[in-house]
Amino acid sequence: MDITRRRLLMLLPAAAMAWKYVQAGTPEAAPNYKLTEHWWAMLIDIPKCIGCGSCVRACAEENDVPEGYYRTWIERYHVADWKIERPDVESPDGGKNGFPPHADEGGKNFFVPKLCNHCADSPCTQVCPVGATFVSPDGVVLVDKNYCLGCRYCVQACPYGCRFINPKTNTAEKCTLCYHRITKGLTTACCEVCPTGARQLADLKNPKDPIHEYLRTHTVQVLKPHMATGSKVFYNGMDGSVR
Amino acid sequence: MNLFKDIEHLIRLAVVIVVLLLVFVVLRVAVVPHSFGEYGHYRGDAIQEVAARPISFAGHAVCEDCHTDVVDQKKLGKHVVVSCEACHGAQARHVEDPGSVKPAKLDTAILCARCHEANSAKPKGFPQVATADHSAGLACDTCHQPHRPKIETAAKNEAGGRK
Repeated sequence: MDITRRRLLMLLPAAAMAWKYVQAGTPEAAPNYKLTEHWWAMLIDIPKCIGCGSCVRACAEENDVPEGYYRTWIERYHVADWKIERPDVESPDGGKNGFPPHADEGGKNFFVPKLCNHCADSPCTQVCPVGATFVSPDGVVLVDKNYCLGCRYCVQACPYGCRFINPKTNTAEKCTLCYHRITKGLTTACCEVCPTGARQLADLKNPKDPIHEYLRTHTVQVLKPHMATGSKVFYNGMDGSVR
Repeated sequence: MNLFKDIEHLIRLAVVIVVLLLVFVVLRVAVVPHSFGEYGHYRGDAIQEVAARPISFAGHAVCEDCHTDVVDQKKLGKHVVVSCEACHGAQARHVEDPGSVKPAKLDTAILCARCHEANSAKPKGFPQVATADHSAGLACDTCHQPHRPKIETAAKNEAGGRK
């Protein structure tokens, strides 16, 4: 077949379409990782947390979290003897640089690390008008930053305050449970650096995961159970004053 | 009686509807990403895009492949549970190129205090000190070996440290 001018002109639109797909490329898929074989969760053992802030620093470094924003943070609770319903909660710089001694040493004092609860029935994904945030088939709440409008509905909807708008990209951002690590067989950055093992990544679909025995043998709670969000961040030894 | 006698206007209307439908279909195909709806009401490719991010923390398993001497030291002390990058920081680039990317030298005066500075909110069983009056300004590694922190008797007497 001769390439005439007419035939070339007819081929051009098709070639342009094909080139667009070549440019988009195929995203790198993690080998041997099957979305349907995992259901990710996290276990936080409050009596083990020493409030060192390693998790907060590691998260910021691993995920390039902007200064002043936190995907995970630590709160220090100070519950005076007579006001369990109104505890003093503080989190200077998200606990990134540790905590100065509390003025009142009495009462009950402890640290509570917080992060996205990766809810199975998450309020934040339900309010997204464009489908830019979702619960992945392996149970991680993610944001599609190429699709997010930055409308802030999800930031308001999260009952745990785990989302923010990234000031550089102007899109919603949150803990991904280090999705780029757990799909490669690593643990999250915060769990990796936690010196006391207060944080443990768990896979609820893996029958051999120690989480199952832990949940059977301990009194474990989630945050705000009355909201029925299906939270998958389990807290051991959590005080009744924690909100 | 001929039903189809005066239907010219209906045909015109049908043509308009068909054209509008075609425009809608073409626009939809052009605007909606091809992987939208693969797993749910979102772009399926977004999952791979999030997963494609490079890692910063290599994980202690990789460190232990090379630094077996440190692993043996750590096994003898309480810091066996502390992973390497908790103190040494993210080292994925060091793993990729161990020759030229070297971990930074650490300042034990800052590093140890992050975990061991006394605080009423820390668990009671966790070893804590008020650094100001514990070491009299000496760096922690004058007495303590960070990978195996329990003090050997000789070193303790020499530096005059106290518990």
